[in-house]
Amino acid sequence: MTQLIWDGLFVGSFYALIALGYSMVYGIIKLLNFAHGDIYMLGAFIGFALLTSMGGIPASLSLGALLIVLLVSMLITGGAGVLIERLAYRPLRGAPRLAVLISAVGVSFSLEYGIAAIAGPNPRAYPIRLEGGVFEVLGARASLPQIVLMLIAAGLMVALNFYIQKTSTGRAMRSIALDSNASLLMGINVNAVITRTFFIGSALAGAAGVMAGAYYGKIDFLMGFIIGLKAFTAAVIGGIGNIKGAMLGGLVLGFVEAFGSQWFGGQWRDVFSFAVLILFLTLRPTGILGERVTERM
Amino acid sequence: MSENVDATLAPQRLGPPRSPISRLLESRLIGWVALAAALLAPFVTASPYSLNVMTTAAIFVLLASGLNIVVGYCGLLDLGYIAFMAVGAYTAGIISKSFELPLLFTIPAVLVMTILAGLIIGAPTLRLRSDYLAIVTLGFGEITRITANNLSVTGGPSGIFGIPGLLKIGGLDVENPAVLYYLTVLVVSLFVLASARLGKSRLGRAWRFVREDEDAAEAMGIHTYKVKLLAYIFGAIWGGLGGVLFAAHLSAVSPQSFIFLQSALVLMAVVLGGMGNMRGVVIGALVISLLPELLRDFASNRYLVFGLLLVVVMVFRPQGFWPARGYERERATVDVDPPAVATEQGR
Repeated sequence: MTQLIWDGLFVGSFYALIALGYSMVYGIIKLLNFAHGDIYMLGAFIGFALLTSMGGIPASLSLGALLIVLLVSMLITGGAGVLIERLAYRPLRGAPRLAVLISAVGVSFSLEYGIAAIAGPNPRAYPIRLEGGVFEVLGARASLPQIVLMLIAAGLMVALNFYIQKTSTGRAMRSIALDSNASLLMGINVNAVITRTFFIGSALAGAAGVMAGAYYGKIDFLMGFIIGLKAFTAAVIGGIGNIKGAMLGGLVLGFVEAFGSQWFGGQWRDVFSFAVLILFLTLRPTGILGERVTERM
Repeated sequence: MSENVDATLAPQRLGPPRSPISRLLESRLIGWVALAAALLAPFVTASPYSLNVMTTAAIFVLLASGLNIVVGYCGLLDLGYIAFMAVGAYTAGIISKSFELPLLFTIPAVLVMTILAGLIIGAPTLRLRSDYLAIVTLGFGEITRITANNLSVTGGPSGIFGIPGLLKIGGLDVENPAVLYYLTVLVVSLFVLASARLGKSRLGRAWRFVREDEDAAEAMGIHTYKVKLLAYIFGAIWGGLGGVLFAAHLSAVSPQSFIFLQSALVLMAVVLGGMGNMRGVVIGALVISLLPELLRDFASNRYLVFGLLLVVVMVFRPQGFWPARGYERERATVDVDPPAVATEQGR
């Protein structure tokens, strides 16, 4: 039981990190960034390339090296997110939803098969493996890397929350989410803020990608597809557009999956979480923490 | 949302086409020419390989014309369209194997199952906003595939094989690739025609209205939910029949054939060809299914190219390479009215 909760918490913190990017972008420009899961994949591959280029790393330094690689990968994936927004989404602002969504599908495809063309279609083994002791906490087995990765994820989320709540850019983001035209009139540089939102969301997804690569040890160019869908589920469960909701949704989805695969068997895990997504969308589309939104005309 | 009502997806120009080239492209003859080309193709090359490629391409055209109803006419983004094909193929395969029936006799059951699938997927989700719908259909597509992968009645990961042929009458054996090809072309051209006619019907006009402005359509008395559900059901039927042809063609069905990539390829055919324009969609489907066979160097990087093309087309030419236009003949008289009316409709 505690083991299930612990596993759910661990997987859930990954989902939460990716769901944040989904939710922030959706909250601000009502765009469903279909390529967000592939940014996670991109992060994993950038981390892979950096670690490979650094050569052999002694096991004692692996954590420090991982942190540096994590930061650099976050910068690069953040830049990639900004570039994608500039090229594929900004020209379509104000265009019908269908056009933007199809453009996002195109971006997702380009990222997946671009990486496949560069890095090869076969799965790659990550050059470092995190090792550490296993603890018994209340009957659950938790390893040191799990705890470290969860602390990193929690740290990033706390930092993000501070940024959104306390800084002027964060305030600008919240005001654009409420009403972008009014924000423009109030002197907010809307485009700059949107760029920054894409940077942060993509950087968080990239961080999740590096961490997943280091923890699971295997990456491939389609790894972002399912996790993108799951992160969207998490964002919807928590209430899309809501930052705290995305964190909560990630954890809830982690629990739901852990218990679902315990009850129904692991091969039904994905079916179970998509069923939860569909249930939420039909019964409570605003999620747990979301407020009721009426579609403006 | 009024500033978003898209001038891009709407027909740009009313009245008959003006230049000789566009008049040629819009003429009714072109459909017959395409059919003749499809019928004559085996006389040019009839190796088992080329027949295989052509039959696959014809089935792909059927799928694209079905998805065109959902995405092109009605403007609902379906990212899990291949699930309908999976339902059709599995239903046909399971029934024909367990009762030793030719595939033709499974079609009523396939129709029932695909319509049911369309209702199950459509009914709860069509009230959602369009971008949620995209993700939910994607989720349903994955659920269908994973379920087929896990159940024992569907044969698990290895699927169903040794499915009987479409039909056997006396000496005419439909398992012969050439006969199957002609049968496929016949069925596909009928359904492409039906889909094009549907687009011009009363229902088709309602679909376009819903696509352009759902609120206005609702205000004009169109039951938008019902109309959207109908688009879904028609799309499902097209997909299910594509599944039957697929099962007849390969005589085997496995979950690997129904991954997201396939849904995305069908979507690309519809989008690149020109959403809502059946001729453009047929050409898009032929290009997407045949180009990798013709250009081997292109085949390895085709998905990257398709992905980039999707973005480029959406940014620079959102209506596709060959968009629908001037589809309503009566509109030609509207041009005579005071220009204010014409511009109002043109927008």
